[in-house]
Amino acid sequence: MTNQKKDSHASSVSRRSFLSGLGAAGVVATATPMVAAAQAAPAAAPASTLTDTAPETIEGAIPVTLRVNGKVLQLQVDPRTTLLDCLRETISLTGTKKGCDHGQCGACTVHVNGRRINSCLTLAAMHEGDEITTIEGLGQPGNLHPMQASFVKHDGYQCGYCTSGQIMSAVALLNEKCGPSDTDVKELMSGNICRCGAYSNIVAAIQDVRQQA
Amino acid sequence: METFKYTKVAAVPEAIRTAAQANTAQQGARFIAGGTTLLDLMKLNVERPTQLIDINRLPLDQVEKLPDGRLKIGALVRNSDLAHHPAVLSDYSVLSQALLSGASAQLRNMATTGGNLLQRTRCMYFRNDAMACNKRDPGSGCSAIEGDNRTLAILGTSKDCIATNPSDMNVALTALETTIHIQGPKGERDVPIGEFFLTPGNTPQRENVLEPGELITFVILPAPRANSKQVYLKLRDRASYEFALSSAAIVAEVSGGKLVFIRVALGGVGTKPWRSLEAEKVLHGKTVDDKTFLQAAEAALHGAQPQSENAFKVPLAKRCITHALTLATKTA
Repeated sequence: MTNQKKDSHASSVSRRSFLSGLGAAGVVATATPMVAAAQAAPAAAPASTLTDTAPETIEGAIPVTLRVNGKVLQLQVDPRTTLLDCLRETISLTGTKKGCDHGQCGACTVHVNGRRINSCLTLAAMHEGDEITTIEGLGQPGNLHPMQASFVKHDGYQCGYCTSGQIMSAVALLNEKCGPSDTDVKELMSGNICRCGAYSNIVAAIQDVRQQA
Repeated sequence: METFKYTKVAAVPEAIRTAAQANTAQQGARFIAGGTTLLDLMKLNVERPTQLIDINRLPLDQVEKLPDGRLKIGALVRNSDLAHHPAVLSDYSVLSQALLSGASAQLRNMATTGGNLLQRTRCMYFRNDAMACNKRDPGSGCSAIEGDNRTLAILGTSKDCIATNPSDMNVALTALETTIHIQGPKGERDVPIGEFFLTPGNTPQRENVLEPGELITFVILPAPRANSKQVYLKLRDRASYEFALSSAAIVAEVSGGKLVFIRVALGGVGTKPWRSLEAEKVLHGKTVDDKTFLQAAEAALHGAQPQSENAFKVPLAKRCITHALTLATKTA
């Protein structure tokens, strides 16, 4: 497919690893330690690992066991930690984005037990035993979910910030009761805001996958 | 967000006991289910509970047809599940329509029946803790009355509060004459939805009859009326994912060209989900025609008290009612 080139490009140095590297090693760092710094972040410890300091102790933390993208993670979190912040800050899965943090934009959409929710309006502690899927668990460069590939094919994004939420919503929509028309898709995608206005291409990407299913 | 103690409970009595033991002032212990209102407001420091009691594992997620034909809906049934439940689709379509017109697909997967009943106003002054608001901070004044009040209420207001009840589900449940079952430290009780919500008066912080420690465990819809037609019409600034400026839930039964059964409830215009007994009185027993519908709409809005920026809601609500009645009584 035509998206192979883009995939391999995306996997070499991501914007995240670039920025993380800057934070860890200063502006003179080369590409190699940048990537190393990002990969060195442990999968299940409090964030702040970018500067390799000891994990901080969280006052009043409670134990939570989460199942994220098939992996079981035993964590200590402040009870106030939203699922979104837990994914991004505690276990460094930064594909899920924080937009409004108030359930209005959809950038934080993930699947819990196969259903899409806003991860910003739920606490990590409320999801003991639930099956959580993020954009990282959907597909990876070289092995994209058909919806991810369709977004690439139809140019269903511009800046990309809302894209993971759009794709998580779109994948969930495939299993929901949704009429055949573009209007039906728009209605069920209305919880995902795209400030760049890539809506028509997003609808085209979703309809393409639905028609192939 | 302020710190709180997080407690998970597995049974209803345990939930109530835990809540009763806590310091149960307004900002004491709170039950959390979907979290879509509560966590939103906690991030804004509008809600500041000292303890959250997670009730998501309570066995209250069933929809059950009772032998007498009524429908029992557990407090934890998610809005999306309720909207697509076969019994709701076939017998209480106004509820399904209302649920699907509200929020987004993600939020409907989270929000619960009990939680939606307790959904709090979207009044921007309530949501901003830098502003005066009698609902959030009793006695501090109402910023909305002289302020940006375009989306706020015109029915049931007081000099202390004009905040709108934002829920669509509650409007449908009002038209359906739902009963709310409550369990608390002193036992169980049933409250008709018409008596559940309170208008603000001079205590706008009190939005319903729940006492500290009381938990909604289920709601009951009356047995369906076989020949009724049901409509939820919602008018808003955007076609989707927006709160109502005006909405109407209608349950109508026409026989021989006359309205033999009629229920009218309004959303987006009241400080609580607004049952219009005035409109129903005009309509009951009358022949289906535009003139009667207009009279009913006039009666429903007779007591409206618009503010500086929301006078448009008076004609909007009237048109909403007449159009919804037309749709609900259309033959063929």
